[in-house]
Amino acid sequence: MDSRTVLSIKDLSIEFPLYEGTLKALNGVSLTVKQGEIVGIVGESGSGKSITAMMTMRLLGEGSYRVRTGSIDMLGVDILKASEKEICELRGGDVAMIFQEPMTALNPTRKVGKQMVDVIRRHQRVSKGQAEEIAAGLLSDMHFADPEDILARYPFELSGGMRQRVLIALAFSCNPKVIIADEPTTALDVTVQKQVLMLLKKMAAERKTAILFITHDMAVVSQFCDRVYVMYAGSLIESGSTRKVLHSPRHPYTRGLLAALPETAAPGTQLKSIPGSVPDLSKLPVGCAFQSRCSQSSEKCHQKPALAEAPQTDAHLCACWHPLTDLEAVA
Amino acid sequence: MNVSTEHPIASIEEVKSQRSKRIGYFFYRVRKSPLTLLGASIILFMLCVMLFAPWLATHDPNAIDLMKRLQPPSAAHWFGTDEVGRDIYSRVVFGSQQSISVGFFVVGVAGVVGTLVGCFSGSVGGRIDGLIMRLTDTILSVPSLVLTMALAAALGASLFNAMLAITLVRIPYYVRLARGQALGIREMGYVKAARTFGASRWHIVRWHIVRNALPPVVVQATLDIGGTILVAAALGFIGLGAQQPTAEWGTMVATGRNYILDHWWYSLFPGLAILITSTSFNLFGDGIRDILDPKQRGK
Repeated sequence: MDSRTVLSIKDLSIEFPLYEGTLKALNGVSLTVKQGEIVGIVGESGSGKSITAMMTMRLLGEGSYRVRTGSIDMLGVDILKASEKEICELRGGDVAMIFQEPMTALNPTRKVGKQMVDVIRRHQRVSKGQAEEIAAGLLSDMHFADPEDILARYPFELSGGMRQRVLIALAFSCNPKVIIADEPTTALDVTVQKQVLMLLKKMAAERKTAILFITHDMAVVSQFCDRVYVMYAGSLIESGSTRKVLHSPRHPYTRGLLAALPETAAPGTQLKSIPGSVPDLSKLPVGCAFQSRCSQSSEKCHQKPALAEAPQTDAHLCACWHPLTDLEAVA
Repeated sequence: MNVSTEHPIASIEEVKSQRSKRIGYFFYRVRKSPLTLLGASIILFMLCVMLFAPWLATHDPNAIDLMKRLQPPSAAHWFGTDEVGRDIYSRVVFGSQQSISVGFFVVGVAGVVGTLVGCFSGSVGGRIDGLIMRLTDTILSVPSLVLTMALAAALGASLFNAMLAITLVRIPYYVRLARGQALGIREMGYVKAARTFGASRWHIVRWHIVRNALPPVVVQATLDIGGTILVAAALGFIGLGAQQPTAEWGTMVATGRNYILDHWWYSLFPGLAILITSTSFNLFGDGIRDILDPKQRGK
């Protein structure tokens, strides 16, 4: 492992034993996040992106899932084998998480300040007063005009965007090396979303924090991420720099997703869509999971394609037997 | 970077005045509901009687005067006297200390223990939860008054043992209530968030689960005080509670029963005291529930 790599997931396969059968939630996911890098995972609902995020901090209910293969290395800690105590030290210290629902992520019966002081004192040996100062400093970094005022409030007195900013401040409170952001802006409206993303990016840049950013929003990815992984039915199907993946997608699924963006359609024409629907994770086809919806599919697709380097590129990987070339992608 | 810094919410002064308005609203609701107000006033009155019993009583509650036994109410003895000439008014006044403190003790202990156990049980889940739930089911499957009597009898007849018995039987109700709350709360975003920030299990139970499970427990506790006073009196009545010569309402009613045909005042006044006190706690509890939990209103 490269010394600058902060998170490395290797060949991770997770399944959920259910009454009806086994749900294969992740199938051989490998990804790396380097220091200070913002890496996106994009995919539709049920593609496994949130499961990946939860697994990096082992937040899924113990016993509800089974690890078939793979390993997760977070800052040198083997997440799948570490003790609960080691993981607790990591959580909120070197690794923090930001959630989708800012409305419920703060305890309604306690003041914002008390909750921030709890988190800060959990990982740093400081007095209450010092912790309050740290909290106020973090809030002013998050562009709150009057941090002391916010600390004295209950969460219901704040708007959704303000709460998400408080949560981001909390996530940064112990100078984490990695932040896992699971759809942090999905519940916010577009203007607030932009504001929150800018702040997140600025904070991460200042503190050299790596962010693993989970989203389904291609527009957010294009503005925010350095690199992106595209996920489909529990597998990574394409990865590379944001520019390469979004401007010259190699995988038919990625191209389909981008073609389906409303912005690309001419006014008055019908929006494009990918035919069919996501396969049932408990009945995945043999080989490529996308084959039944793919215009390019052939006999070869009954074997699972590996995430391999796409033609004429470096570091742009694509798991497809028939990767598209630049010309096709542009067309 | 274009990030707005103003926040479109009320200033802290406005919020403080809103808060005092909310407290004002609470009292407004109490005032609007005459029965709640009546319950609250009687409770307040009873608490005063309990605290100032030594000054309010006209006689020593245990002073025996065989010359004046079983006298009807008069100017000297407002509620009459009992079979050994003790002043019933003074005994009813001092009896409030026993009955009301039993109510508060039982509900306090059962509420605190039950809530903690219930929240713990609900938030750890799994086998420990199963074990605690089966234990509460076992206790709940026996009619509570019968079990209380059996326990009080097994422990030996005294007021303290009666309190202990009532408490033990009340605990499972709070465990159930708190666990139900905890099950819902542990799925809330802030519990998940607390875990991602490295909070320990104890911290989560203490600061997130117990705190948010409290409102229905408080309502239940207020409603329970009246019932507990009644049960304590019942135990006294059948001889398993407070013992002679302690002035306790249930015991007084029980002894008075022997003389009820010719000396109506003996049982009447302690009985009225029990009736009024437990009714007022029930009225107050109902009112509190309506105010704290509007969804339950009218049920």
